[in-house]
Amino acid sequence: MLDIRKHKTKLAFVVVIAAFSLLIFVAPSLTTAEPDPTGAETLSQNPSAPVNYVWILISAFLVMFMQPGFAMLEAGFVRAKNVVNILAKNLMDFALGAIAFFLVGYAFMMGPDLFGIIGSEGFLLLGSYDVGVYLNFLFMLVFAATAATIVSGAVAGRMKFKSYFAYTLVITALIYPIYGHWVWGGGWLSQLPFGLGHLDFAGSGVVHAMGGFIGLSGAIVLGPRFGKFKDGEPKAIPGHNMTLAALGTFILWFGWFGFNAGSTLTAQHLRIAVIATNTALAAAAGGASAMMISKWRTNHWDVGMALNGVLAGLVAVTAPCAWIEGWAAILIGLAGGAIMFAGVRFIESKGIDDPVGAVSVHGFNGLWGLIAVGIFADGTYGKYATQAPFVEGILYGGGLGQLASQVVGAVTVVAYAFGLGYLMFKAIDHFIGLRASPDEEIKGLDLTEHGAQAYPEEEGGL
Amino acid sequence: MKRIEAIIRKERLDDVRSALEEVNYPGMTLVSVKGHGRQKGIKEQFRGREYEVELLPKVEVMIVAEDDSVDEVVQAIVENARTDEVGDGKVFISEVERAIRIRTGEEEEKAL
Repeated sequence: MLDIRKHKTKLAFVVVIAAFSLLIFVAPSLTTAEPDPTGAETLSQNPSAPVNYVWILISAFLVMFMQPGFAMLEAGFVRAKNVVNILAKNLMDFALGAIAFFLVGYAFMMGPDLFGIIGSEGFLLLGSYDVGVYLNFLFMLVFAATAATIVSGAVAGRMKFKSYFAYTLVITALIYPIYGHWVWGGGWLSQLPFGLGHLDFAGSGVVHAMGGFIGLSGAIVLGPRFGKFKDGEPKAIPGHNMTLAALGTFILWFGWFGFNAGSTLTAQHLRIAVIATNTALAAAAGGASAMMISKWRTNHWDVGMALNGVLAGLVAVTAPCAWIEGWAAILIGLAGGAIMFAGVRFIESKGIDDPVGAVSVHGFNGLWGLIAVGIFADGTYGKYATQAPFVEGILYGGGLGQLASQVVGAVTVVAYAFGLGYLMFKAIDHFIGLRASPDEEIKGLDLTEHGAQAYPEEEGGL
Repeated sequence: MKRIEAIIRKERLDDVRSALEEVNYPGMTLVSVKGHGRQKGIKEQFRGREYEVELLPKVEVMIVAEDDSVDEVVQAIVENARTDEVGDGKVFISEVERAIRIRTGEEEEKAL
């Protein structure tokens, strides 16, 4: 039995290698002109290229810095016995995800369009040894890694580490890039005939709703942690360190300036100033509204909820940030905090355990952000362009067209992310097992999976 | 010789220590402990949901004193650990048979 399985794995390995060899052999270029690996040609043709390169690279570095933000936030919100595990997951989803996205993900996402469904060229970036392509790749890579790492929070404290590897490969190689192609790679959602087609400026849907609803499917397939529900009543499982959670949230807020303002993909659009301001305002409003609502509903100034509220505001403004005015960013953020608060209650009432609130923060607010474009877009910025046609929502005479495109995109991302996520986690469960054993879960994944403790001196260590 | 074990509030520890220094007992052994008496737990909140903390953190001070100074030491502890609220803690006193200072091998009162 074991031999057959080994044999099968070997066979699969050979097939994958053969497929790659073929791709390498026929790999055409992503650039229409000759690839420019030195950058000299690019510079001579466009002397203002350096300012764009520096802007996009700095933005990519800021988005990369969201990784420690997620790591600290999630570490703070889990118990001390699962800290090493959540850090390891946050590390490995970038480490493995970057390789998978390089091998196939980027080509599926940004390669030349096939039937509006999938990109078809640029595997391993072969034939595209060009400064411009590498610039775009790095920026797209850090976004893919963000989508991947969102899920780790929703499935925290109970998933096998090797199963998380499998999940990471599937999302960064296939699930994320294909949907990304539909919106950002010239696929069918971007071609919708209503308004200017489905628009998601920096990824409320592509990145956040994607991560949030895959996370929801993971949380459902896994089931709740032991002790989360007692006789059907949800119980608090307090995180171990509010300081880390606060630090992580501030780091995310900081990194988000790159996430949103960098998504112009050029420094020539001075609109970046408006985008960055809207980002800050929505985050502030989200934190404020969640804090007020928690005082109203629970009688305490609940900092954990306010931190999630900041992120809710950020997620919600990510799609509309380029097309709206400051006051709209505040309204979107205020609503974001409320949606997050209600979402946490709703998820718990359904018997689902989402330890860090990832579904409410990223999933529900991702959808709200997509819809908000169709309402608040004020006709001052185009489709990643400073020229007309400009994006207009219902409040600015755009009619229902743009809103219709946004609703189609929102429905699509929920069905796609939740559906494929559910199938993927069921498949992983069937083939390699998804949930840690009860014994491992109770002892904590740090000791049982990693043989390590985050704080070895505190309990009985000599 | 008597062993005096006092379970007190963490926030009263500084006052208890200085009072003990004044009665010439500058040394002590401390243990962080958790527990509850009749007071039971308190309520805390995490991300919008309340939960009960049943075992509260306290600090246990252990001192071995000469028979003559036991009352003085106990008084210093009780007076400084008291807040008149539920949860002030307890003091237990028991007999000590022998005491040895490891460095010098001195025994009994000299070892204190």
